[in-house]
Amino acid sequence: MAPGPKKAVQHAVVVEFETPEQLLKAANQAREAGFTKLEAYSPFPIHGLSEAIGFHDEKVPWIVAIGGLTGALAGMALQIYVSVIDYPMNVGGKPLLSLPAFIPVTFECTILFASFGAVFGMMALNGLPRPHHPIFDTPNFERASQDRFFLAVEAEDPKYSEAQAFLGGLTTATVAEVAA
Amino acid sequence: MAPKEPLNDELILGQQSNATLDNTIGDLVLDQKKHNNKAWVLTFLVGFGMLHLFLASVAWLLYTGIGIWGNNIPSGWGFDIINFVWWIGIGHAGTLISAILLLMRQQWRNSINRFAEAMTIFAVICAAQYPLLHTGRPWVAYWLFPYPNILAMWPQFRSPLIWDVFAVNTYATVSVLFWLMGLIPDFATLRDRATNKIAKPILGILSFGWRGSARHWHRYEQAYLLLAGLSTPLVLSVHTIVSYDFAVSIVPGWNVTVFPPYFVAGAVFAGFAMVLLLIIPIRAMYSLKDLVTMRHIDWMAKIMLATGLIVFYGYILEAFYAWYSGNPYELKLLQWRFTGPYWPAYWLLIFFNGIVPQLMWNPKWRQNLMIVWVVSMGVTIGMWLERFVIIPISLTVNYLPSSDRMYIPTFWDFAMFAGTIGLFVTLMFLFVRFAPIINIFEMKDLLHKLHQEKQRKDKGGKPEPEAPAEVPAGAGE
Repeated sequence: MAPGPKKAVQHAVVVEFETPEQLLKAANQAREAGFTKLEAYSPFPIHGLSEAIGFHDEKVPWIVAIGGLTGALAGMALQIYVSVIDYPMNVGGKPLLSLPAFIPVTFECTILFASFGAVFGMMALNGLPRPHHPIFDTPNFERASQDRFFLAVEAEDPKYSEAQAFLGGLTTATVAEVAA
Repeated sequence: MAPKEPLNDELILGQQSNATLDNTIGDLVLDQKKHNNKAWVLTFLVGFGMLHLFLASVAWLLYTGIGIWGNNIPSGWGFDIINFVWWIGIGHAGTLISAILLLMRQQWRNSINRFAEAMTIFAVICAAQYPLLHTGRPWVAYWLFPYPNILAMWPQFRSPLIWDVFAVNTYATVSVLFWLMGLIPDFATLRDRATNKIAKPILGILSFGWRGSARHWHRYEQAYLLLAGLSTPLVLSVHTIVSYDFAVSIVPGWNVTVFPPYFVAGAVFAGFAMVLLLIIPIRAMYSLKDLVTMRHIDWMAKIMLATGLIVFYGYILEAFYAWYSGNPYELKLLQWRFTGPYWPAYWLLIFFNGIVPQLMWNPKWRQNLMIVWVVSMGVTIGMWLERFVIIPISLTVNYLPSSDRMYIPTFWDFAMFAGTIGLFVTLMFLFVRFAPIINIFEMKDLLHKLHQEKQRKDKGGKPEPEAPAEVPAGAGE
């Protein structure tokens, strides 16, 4: 079921918890109840929370691997092009393609590009920088980065219309509906 | 400062909660009045004054040329390279603490990693000044990079000096990325706590709109762990490559295979000494004793002792190598070090790096902040002397006695050295003021884990009756 007009104006229903354990438990219950578009917010990473909201992602490690490979190939190619093709210098009759001497720069380029992959890949996948997001309108949400834990069911969830009642049943705290 | 504090195994002391952590650490940034104390103002002013000495000496250097320094053939390298190696070595403890200890799951690193990473970046900034200015024409320093140019020239990729360019630049870039990435969630915390109309938008920009969602944290942790894994070999490679600047040459006293591990250990040794040198007064100034506990100081002192022993082994091996090689030039250099005109530098080095750190064997002395501080100071001086012993002393005697010549540093050498210390102190004290000096979210994480551990123990070792995160049928994506 797709609540047509509601989808356009609402972002999510959000509920607040006081401890990470409560959030983890609620997230697991929500997933088990069949909600699929779940999101949780916490001031620090909580072990098991991404599994609890049914999120699994391994893109970052792959981006890092591709970055490292690119760096290694680019670093080695640069040195071979410079030292063998474009600017060959005969030093004491030593070979132009002196691979052992090219290892340090290749290594540094590998690390550099892999690190770019890790940081910029993480930022891009997370959609950051993004100065504003509808979730910031949640009452008390400034404490999500301090000492409160939030669980949200987003409007795209097929069971969105049941979300408010379900989250209300998990806690005595008020359930807020946030506009998109 | 109270010279003695009790030692126990708690990593976080006192009745702490997420809110008290936010208060203790966050308010150092949000409430600038906390820095209106004599210690901050005085130290900053001294550092800032010395920074001006740096600017003056750079101005005079650019106006006159590097002839104002004491280095001249055969000692083409003098204070510029000594200080470069010294600073870069100091930086290494930061990466060690933030990356290697993270991979080894040493949770105690959480309260000191931010501080040590900042120290790394500022030390690398100081280090970079020397080779840059030693080129004589820093405005064409970009010639160091390989780029197609109208000179139709390329760098020589078989030279350790170009390896150094790549190593130091990669190190600086990755250290900054690591540090900034760690700061993003903390800036978000500060953004949400800030009430000041100017501070709030600035913190908002610095936090990149971080909202702490589980998806974000998931990727963040993956990226952070991978970055730590990448930084670990990086930090080892950087000082290895710095040591190649010497070891690959044929200068007596430099051409030694022990250099790479001995330089890396020396870097960690100097770096931990610098962390202790800074953190002991700062934790007293800002009452961070509950977060940077005596346990931390104790462990850092132990690491300093361990790496100090490796370094001392390096000194012994250097002498052994010279003797065992039977090479007359190596033996001549050894004699020049022991009894030549620079003998005080060598024997002070042995005193500061070989003998003084042995005080750290005694647990009581490790608890005495005054002693730890003095030992750290000794190590810092000793590590500077080590580079002095390696660099100019090896260059002043040569294969050909006619080219022997003494190296005497000038006023400007010392002025610039003092100047980079000023630059370092200034940056460090601005950092203490404008960024959270302890990683807030990692401390909360640590607090949560310690709390869980305690609960588990109280229940008699039984695991939490937590619902397993198995996905029931039909509840998939």
